[in-house]
Amino acid sequence: MIRLIRIELYKIFTKPRTYIGFSAVFILVLAIQFGIKLEGDTMMSMLVQNIKDRFIFQGNIINLYLVAYVVLNTLWIHVPILVALVTGDLLAGEANSGTFRILLIRPVSRIQLVIAKFIAGWIYTLILVLLLALLSLGTGILLFGSGDLMVVTNKVNVFASNDLLWRFSGAYAYGILSMTTVTALSFFLSALADNSIGPIVGTIALIIGITIISTVGATLLGPVNQYLFTSYLPSWQLFFQTNVGHGELGHAILIQVTYIVLFFTATLIYFNRKDILS
Amino acid sequence: MFIELRNVSKYYGSLLAVNRLSMTVPEGDIYGFLGPNGSGKSTTIRMILSLIRPTSGEILLFGKEISRQRHFALRRIGALVEKPDFYNYLTARKNLQILGRLSEVPQLNHRVDEVLDIVGLLPRAASRVHTYSQGMKQRLGIAQAILHHPDLIILDEPTNGLDPQGQKEIRELILSLQTDHHITILISSHLLFEMEQIATRMIILHKGKSLVEGTVTSLLNNREQQVSVEIDRPKEVIQKIHHSEWAGRLITVPEHELCFKLARKEIPRLNHWLIRQGFNVFAIEPVRSLESFFLQITDHDQTDPD
Repeated sequence: MIRLIRIELYKIFTKPRTYIGFSAVFILVLAIQFGIKLEGDTMMSMLVQNIKDRFIFQGNIINLYLVAYVVLNTLWIHVPILVALVTGDLLAGEANSGTFRILLIRPVSRIQLVIAKFIAGWIYTLILVLLLALLSLGTGILLFGSGDLMVVTNKVNVFASNDLLWRFSGAYAYGILSMTTVTALSFFLSALADNSIGPIVGTIALIIGITIISTVGATLLGPVNQYLFTSYLPSWQLFFQTNVGHGELGHAILIQVTYIVLFFTATLIYFNRKDILS
Repeated sequence: MFIELRNVSKYYGSLLAVNRLSMTVPEGDIYGFLGPNGSGKSTTIRMILSLIRPTSGEILLFGKEISRQRHFALRRIGALVEKPDFYNYLTARKNLQILGRLSEVPQLNHRVDEVLDIVGLLPRAASRVHTYSQGMKQRLGIAQAILHHPDLIILDEPTNGLDPQGQKEIRELILSLQTDHHITILISSHLLFEMEQIATRMIILHKGKSLVEGTVTSLLNNREQQVSVEIDRPKEVIQKIHHSEWAGRLITVPEHELCFKLARKEIPRLNHWLIRQGFNVFAIEPVRSLESFFLQITDHDQTDPD
């Protein structure tokens, strides 16, 4: 199995499209950071416009943690696209290029191949999220320095800088989990398709579509919403509440894990029975 | 038997692609798998390699059921299915190393260079596959098929898309695999003359069904076939033929040649007769198109229940 995973990792990391994902994260994070560096004060005054009469702001408000928080909020829209770009290609790409015909005539079971591909795809997702974390926090400290984090939602939460590292670690860890769900979804769609455009577009369309439908029809879909994985993609924000809701977080994790298992099992069953006609 | 198919059928939805096909490939043969496009050759090959599942029937490789002993069988089989596709962004050597690792080839790097040398691609081993011509990809396809020292290789239309020189080189390579490396070969083609040059035995498939199976010599030589005769003064010949024993054998008269339907053994007798009649014979050539052969077989099958 290790041999298979290494081969799949080699294939992923010699493909140019993999570096599109990494480059995109690099460019987007730096663009956001430089944008905040240039326009941060204006942005901040707009953000606190309604509360500036009731609070006195002191210290370095636009600091690495605030920027990393903004990056997290912004990039959870883009990261699923970058995840699907590679993981949606894992099976469909082989079908599209006809390489299943040289791969599946080797003494390797389809189940082993699917497991190896999924693990390799997950490692790519892991690296992508870790790169996001490293860039956000690494270049953030150089550009903005440290400080306390003020999170404005329906209330204002202020976290001391020494209370933040574990919160960000938790947020990124949850991010890895939710992006694993995206990986499992695009991997499943990849098994159904014979070209990689379908799974990539399909993954994004499903995530956006379900999110829109569940938001617009929140009343109608209320009971269903709590079982949709898309409802829990932004649950990393739970780490930025004064008291992290462990029950809510546990439920979010359970839903994500359930979907990962469902998508992965469906991929295994479908691919194991699939006729290779490409 | 290296390959044995027992009443194998495959449906795609309601379309019957392979119809109760039975065949056997013995050790040591170059076994031709002949049929026009859409006759079920590739579907059968994919079923043998477990790329697709048969709807019914049994497939035995080296005497064992493929669905139960897939790993065992695939360790001993190399194959090139339809056009040769590779990871185009990788070099030929890297492609073979990946495939060799999957097949657990010992001393892999040495073996990769060895097979690249056999197919004449060693000088281009470090080039990415997307820079390869179709002929080079076919050669690389054969290289990956023989990489793990298989006892049996299955080649699905390996000369497709090649120019005549490329086709000749691939045919020579296939022949050398059998003679020098003692590999049993199942090769599919829609070209009758190709089978005639390579195969020792063959099966002819039509609409998913087996029409005939046997040695190439017996199939091609014992049946009546279309023979083209290039001759001077064809109009005079026709008049003489009408009053001779050959009258019923003349089937068409193109501009400068006559076409007869003859058994192979009758060709020298016709040649003698034409010369005795004072005509100059420039060429006598069997017409070996698959279409005409099919027509003969189906015609024969309709008139002769054996």
